[in-house]
Amino acid sequence: MSLLDRHAGFVAALRGAGLPVSPVEGIDAVRAIALVDLADREGLRAAYAGTVVKSPAHRPAFDTLFELWFPPVMGEAVEAGDAFEATEARESVEGMEGVAPRPGRDPALDALRDRLAGLLAAGDEAGLRALARTAVARYGTAPAAPGRQSWFSYSVLRALSPETLMARLLREVLAGLERGGMAERVARQTLTMRIAAFEDMVVADVRRRIAEESGLDRIARASVRPPLDQVDFLRATRDDLAALRRAVHPLARRLGTRLAARRRRGHRGRLDFRRTVRASLSTGGVPLVTHHRPPRPHRPELVVICDVSSSVAAFAHFTLLLTFALREQFAKVRAFAFVDTVDEITRFFAPGVDVVDAMTRLAAEADVVRLGGRTNYGRAIEAFAERYAGAVGPDTSLLILGDARSNYGPLATPTLTALADRVRHAYWLNPEPRADWDTGDSAASTYGEIVPMRECRNVAQLTEFIQTIG
Amino acid sequence: MTPLFTAPDDVRARLAAAGYLADGAIATTVFLADALGKPLLVEGPAGVGKTELAKAVAVAAGADLVRLQCYEGLDEARALYEWNYKKQLLRIHAARAADAWDATHDDIFSEEFLLERPLLRAIRRTEPTVLLIDETDKADVEVEGLLLEVLSDFQVTIPELGTVTAARRPFVVLTSNATRELSEALKRRCLYLHLNYPAPEREREIVLAQVPGIEETLATKLVQLVDTLRALEIKKPPSIAETIDWARTLLALGLDDLDERAVSATLGVVLKHVSDHERALKELDVAS
Repeated sequence: MSLLDRHAGFVAALRGAGLPVSPVEGIDAVRAIALVDLADREGLRAAYAGTVVKSPAHRPAFDTLFELWFPPVMGEAVEAGDAFEATEARESVEGMEGVAPRPGRDPALDALRDRLAGLLAAGDEAGLRALARTAVARYGTAPAAPGRQSWFSYSVLRALSPETLMARLLREVLAGLERGGMAERVARQTLTMRIAAFEDMVVADVRRRIAEESGLDRIARASVRPPLDQVDFLRATRDDLAALRRAVHPLARRLGTRLAARRRRGHRGRLDFRRTVRASLSTGGVPLVTHHRPPRPHRPELVVICDVSSSVAAFAHFTLLLTFALREQFAKVRAFAFVDTVDEITRFFAPGVDVVDAMTRLAAEADVVRLGGRTNYGRAIEAFAERYAGAVGPDTSLLILGDARSNYGPLATPTLTALADRVRHAYWLNPEPRADWDTGDSAASTYGEIVPMRECRNVAQLTEFIQTIG
Repeated sequence: MTPLFTAPDDVRARLAAAGYLADGAIATTVFLADALGKPLLVEGPAGVGKTELAKAVAVAAGADLVRLQCYEGLDEARALYEWNYKKQLLRIHAARAADAWDATHDDIFSEEFLLERPLLRAIRRTEPTVLLIDETDKADVEVEGLLLEVLSDFQVTIPELGTVTAARRPFVVLTSNATRELSEALKRRCLYLHLNYPAPEREREIVLAQVPGIEETLATKLVQLVDTLRALEIKKPPSIAETIDWARTLLALGLDDLDERAVSATLGVVLKHVSDHERALKELDVAS
């Protein structure tokens, strides 16, 4: 494959992963490559990153694809010091057909783990990368069809089980210091990050080998994860959720500036006569520039009612965090949560409160389950209308978050209609894909007739929605 | 146009001499921006050295820095050029009927009455120039349109004077805190560099370089601790500038070890939200 073909394939794969690489940027990239030393892989990566990746959200996908298209080594890639080990590795693989290697039984594995521990303690990145390659060659393979092999990262990580090295590493790093306390926390954090980085190296090396076996395009499609703002709320992993929580404040800041800017631009306030005349003095009494009073911002009051049952909790939590981070943009925010009965949860989101605390307290203290804990929209809506009717008025925007799945229970449509009539606007955000609405126990279209319902599956859709109501 | 730098390593060495420790990606991207003659858009959280990078490039290249600070309501008159209206009025008054109108008209739209603003100044300079457009995200969207014209052709059209083309292309650095997404068109014309919190090794070097007199072991401990803080779920992770402040604080207080007591006494230097403070103390197992 010539360099140009490789470039074209790489750019096509980037586009496939959702990066908007324009033709001009592709040409810029080629110009940039011509200027850097091709033997310096990190220089090449920087040249590509500077020309085709224009948003940090796209960086992880870029790095994954770069590892595939411009792999650090090809094939076995035995380094000088590892020559002996690689032969030994192949022998040991052949010798233990079908036996899962376990630490403590296999001396070669123990030696490898010792080296891993040393490298982790020292934080030697190049060494770790070489070790990852050795380990994948040794433990990551299984014959698939005659003449072909398939590769797995799972078996490598199980054999090496780097997490189990933690206790030993901590002992070494903290030699002489007392256990517990801050020093241990810091060391543990540093080591955890190095172990995670090592695991990523193993996964990257496995991908590289699969790509060599079965072609770049297939593995490229399978290994790129969507950028954070496209992650589906209902399928988010725990890591995704942590990353989302961390993104709440930057996102709120971004949204806040946009909302404020639009309000300012919207309509100009009344003419400020005094300032206009004062300004006209410097232009000989001709009022060239008119001055206006700042417009009075319209800030809606927001009442959020959200389903916090386990199926949609991730979505509800994120949306709550975001609305409260945006509280300056609204005159007032009140939030209510329900499963089969409803409770006010505004108190958990006092200004300056810690994000993680708010979520734990919400789960532990809010009184949202009365009977059995099955979602019951009808009962929750009735309870809201009965106990918190005062919360909604003609200035309120009502926001309902949930999947409209009421376990075939009552729906309380007349009460909801009455509520929707009392407020200025009412919206329903449903985290399920539109295709799933009205399947099974979903009452999406019944509720959708009363309150306009929108699909809200990821951060991109949520931000779009918030801009329409702000 | 002669490039300012010859190779990424040259960039790195000269930036280091100017007091800025660049990693490989920074050096390569700066080198490419210079060699390709493209503006460099630097994005990243507050306090990771975006503005410092522009200043260091200016020092390293022996160029002068022209700075345009963006803010809400920045307009052409503040960014590009403006006619000195008062002086023109005076000129008209002084001329009275003695001069013909045509002469006065030509006269008041000449160089003498032109007020140069940063963009025009950077374009007209003949010496090496680094143009820093700081906090681009704070400016209104219209300013981006203005920048597009200036940054793609490096020329400005003044109706009364004609088109001014850059005598020597300035090295342009735009910075942004990403409080809003910049337009695709602007990003397409720039090389992009995302500055993030540095790796512990690099941050340690930075602390050692910026805070003379600090012990190496203390610096190592400090950056490890800051790295741990950044991994927590907090509102505002500490920036490089705050790490350096912390190192200076420790030095000023004569604390030569970063133990629990020292941390709980000085954590306010790096964490500036009450909730962040409490979370950090809890996660680090430090009783306040």
